Amino acid sequence: MAATNIPTGGAHAQEAPHVQHHATGDHHDEHHDHHDQHWLSKYVFSQDHKWIAKQFLISGIAWAFIGATLSTLFRIQLGWPDANLSWLEPILGRWIDAGKLNPEFYLALVTMHGTIMVFFVLTAGLSGTFSNFLIPLQVGARDMASGFMNMLSFWFFFLAGIVMFISLFLETGPAAAGWTIYPPLSALPQAIPGSGTGQTMWLVSMALFIVSQLLGGVNYITTVINLRTAGMSMAKLPLTIWSFFLTAILGLLSFPVLFSAALLLIFDRSFGTSFFLSDIYIGGEALNHVGGSPILFQHLFWFLGHPEVYIVIMPAMGIVSEVLATNARKPIFGYRAMIGSLIGISLLSFVVWAHHMFVTGMNPFLGSVFMFLTLIIAVPSAVKTFNWLATLWRGNIRFTSAMLFAIGFVSLFVSGGLTGIILGNAALDIQMHNTYFVVAHFHLVMGSSAFFGMFAGVYHWFPKMFGRMMDEKLGYVHFWLTILAAYLVFIPMHYVGIAGFPRRYYAYTAYETFNQFGNLNTFISIAAIMAFFAQFIFLFNFVYSIFRGRRATENPWGSTTLEWTTPIEPGHGNWPGAIPAVYRWPYDYSKPGAPEDFIPQHVPYSQTVSSNLPYEKEME
Amino acid sequence: MHPSESLNNKQAGVGTHPLRFILWLMIISSTMAFAAFTSAYIVRRGEGNWLDVDLPQSMLINTIVVLLSSVTMQLAYYFARRDEISRVRIFLIVTFLLGIVFLIGQWHVWSELVLDNVHFGGGANPAGSFIYVLMGFHGAHIIAGLIFLAKTFNKTLQYKIHSRSMLPIGNCTIFWHFLGGLWLYLYLFLLLNH
Ligand code: HEM
Ligand SMILES: [Cu+2]
Repeated sequence: MAATNIPTGGAHAQEAPHVQHHATGDHHDEHHDHHDQHWLSKYVFSQDHKWIAKQFLISGIAWAFIGATLSTLFRIQLGWPDANLSWLEPILGRWIDAGKLNPEFYLALVTMHGTIMVFFVLTAGLSGTFSNFLIPLQVGARDMASGFMNMLSFWFFFLAGIVMFISLFLETGPAAAGWTIYPPLSALPQAIPGSGTGQTMWLVSMALFIVSQLLGGVNYITTVINLRTAGMSMAKLPLTIWSFFLTAILGLLSFPVLFSAALLLIFDRSFGTSFFLSDIYIGGEALNHVGGSPILFQHLFWFLGHPEVYIVIMPAMGIVSEVLATNARKPIFGYRAMIGSLIGISLLSFVVWAHHMFVTGMNPFLGSVFMFLTLIIAVPSAVKTFNWLATLWRGNIRFTSAMLFAIGFVSLFVSGGLTGIILGNAALDIQMHNTYFVVAHFHLVMGSSAFFGMFAGVYHWFPKMFGRMMDEKLGYVHFWLTILAAYLVFIPMHYVGIAGFPRRYYAYTAYETFNQFGNLNTFISIAAIMAFFAQFIFLFNFVYSIFRGRRATENPWGSTTLEWTTPIEPGHGNWPGAIPAVYRWPYDYSKPGAPEDFIPQHVPYSQTVSSNLPYEKEME
Repeated sequence: MHPSESLNNKQAGVGTHPLRFILWLMIISSTMAFAAFTSAYIVRRGEGNWLDVDLPQSMLINTIVVLLSSVTMQLAYYFARRDEISRVRIFLIVTFLLGIVFLIGQWHVWSELVLDNVHFGGGANPAGSFIYVLMGFHGAHIIAGLIFLAKTFNKTLQYKIHSRSMLPIGNCTIFWHFLGGLWLYLYLFLLLNH
């Protein structure tokens, strides 16, 4: 088929819903020319997926700095437990008492740091940004299936953020029972001040957040299933899209369960039910609650909690696959195996949750079933890792900032994944559980890795988002400082963890055994503060480049995917004319016989006769 | 499925209309929330110290009411396909009213439970609290369904629903059947596991 008479099926696909709306007579403001849109609907309540993506990105960055500030505060406490902290009084006010950080506020800091990073930054900031930005652009759609719900998704997230933010300034402090909010600690205000209004606001905020996730998720899934352009079969989707798609499915299945758990906890806290509470004595007095089961909460929580860690990491995996292939100028190694392993990880992620609960006194047989299933996850994870390495192998590597972060991701993911295999063994976990070993594990494999994936994405798609380039030199500095600091922080934590140092402790000075780690803790804190300051380089680069960066070209990285066929700054609807149809998979890099080292997805085989493989000849 | 409920001119992807697809996804996520509640129920019940609650008779009546409303909803859909709009309106109204009757009936069940000394909170055994949660959360879904019905009814007034524009009423029908089926599941679940 010649290129000129390609049916513009993609465009039809996009218009069809509109036709439908006409038929139903629905009033639809998308029909107004976007030039005379009110600024409120253009910049604030925008329904354009690209703008919503930027809203998610910028809120995500703001939350990341808040989350990092909190961690810097508690690292100061851990690194210098005997120091006089009165100099922090201007920021922390009455939480500094006679030069000492309030111990309960320390727990609140840890809790809010975890909550903010896991949910607001690495879920909303990461998926929210890149699923929104890339799904319509890469599948060839004019926008998401429902722009309105997509907009609501952002504003529910925003509202969740406001509630969480206000809770930071409560008289009794924000929630303090850990990001996993285990009852009874989280259920009883008598147990810790943070379990008063702070915990209530945490739960309200999280309920809003779940609504936001569901609204976004159904849109992502529907867009991928329904609105792909002509020729874009599922087997031609970039791996980014596969990962966002599966991430959204995980969210759709697991967030409602967290909602249920949160609702039951709310009833226990405020309506006198006893789902999770039983036989509790406070100050010698028995509470009214009988017959509940705190372990039940853990089951419900981790049924979400474990898929959640994959909700965090899978988008990063997709981004990394894309960035690695583009900058190694090689097809991704094992495209189908990459999809298969993503699907495998997604399925397995629902049947391993109890590996967080080995020490809850569960039946050892049940424990070994969960151990077995948990260890199987190492298989698809290893498939991905080897494929990334094989993609790099003998590639024509361009060390862009995005590429550095993508390689950094692989490194961190391996380092953190290996300790997962240790923790997955119930017998070893009994020793390691609740120590800094776990903290080290998930900060490498999830925290740092996902951040690196996110950075790779921002550096890579910045030109498409803002029409300008980020500064590469600053990008290098940012990368090297960050990866160095990440390892300097988390490698020593394995060591203190093996020695038994428990997580969520305010100070170890009271314990003779742990005193020897004083210097190590100071060292970790110094590295953490270094990591924190390195992020300002990124912030500067990001803000500066939006306004002053070098102007981008249409396809600065020589990529094959559809987003680079749009104008430098795509308007509402993404493509000014018809949506390009797709003929080939997204990884035709350095194809032998081709004049250039990449062939975009929308180029038909009839135009690439010199490089077509035997079986592609038929498609000319 | 009626042709006007699907997307035409589609090359790739499935033919379902995006709004229909979104509806199915939302139904799945609701189902997950209920699955969480009922599995929590089973797990908790397995741990013993469980109060055996006798389900009030009126629950059965409510079940019949909600199933009946599914029939009337289907009739509304049926008449929409035949462009008999005034009948569509009548059956939408009947469905709506049956929905309200169901809600009132559920409220009545709650007062019977209280008379039976089965309470929601205040140190009550979770066996009872779970019944309230299941019924309440389902009731909240019914309220959403009623709003959906009202919006669909409003569209019939504007002649936006007819044999060539079946998407809205089709979605409403699916959702309403889901609510009925969900209640049937919850009722049988409670019957078998109380
Ligand atoms: C080879 C794969 C992995 C295995 C076998 C594994 C195993 C485990 C186990 C057994 C624990 C529980 C430790 C304890 O609390 O005693 C754990 C904790 C954790 N893992 Fe992994 N993991 C793996 C990969 C991952 C990945 C890819 C992520 C995230 C992207 C992740 C995130 C976490 C988090 C966040 C926690 C701690 C949660 C908390 O207690 O606060 N893990 N892991
Ligand atoms: Cu896990």
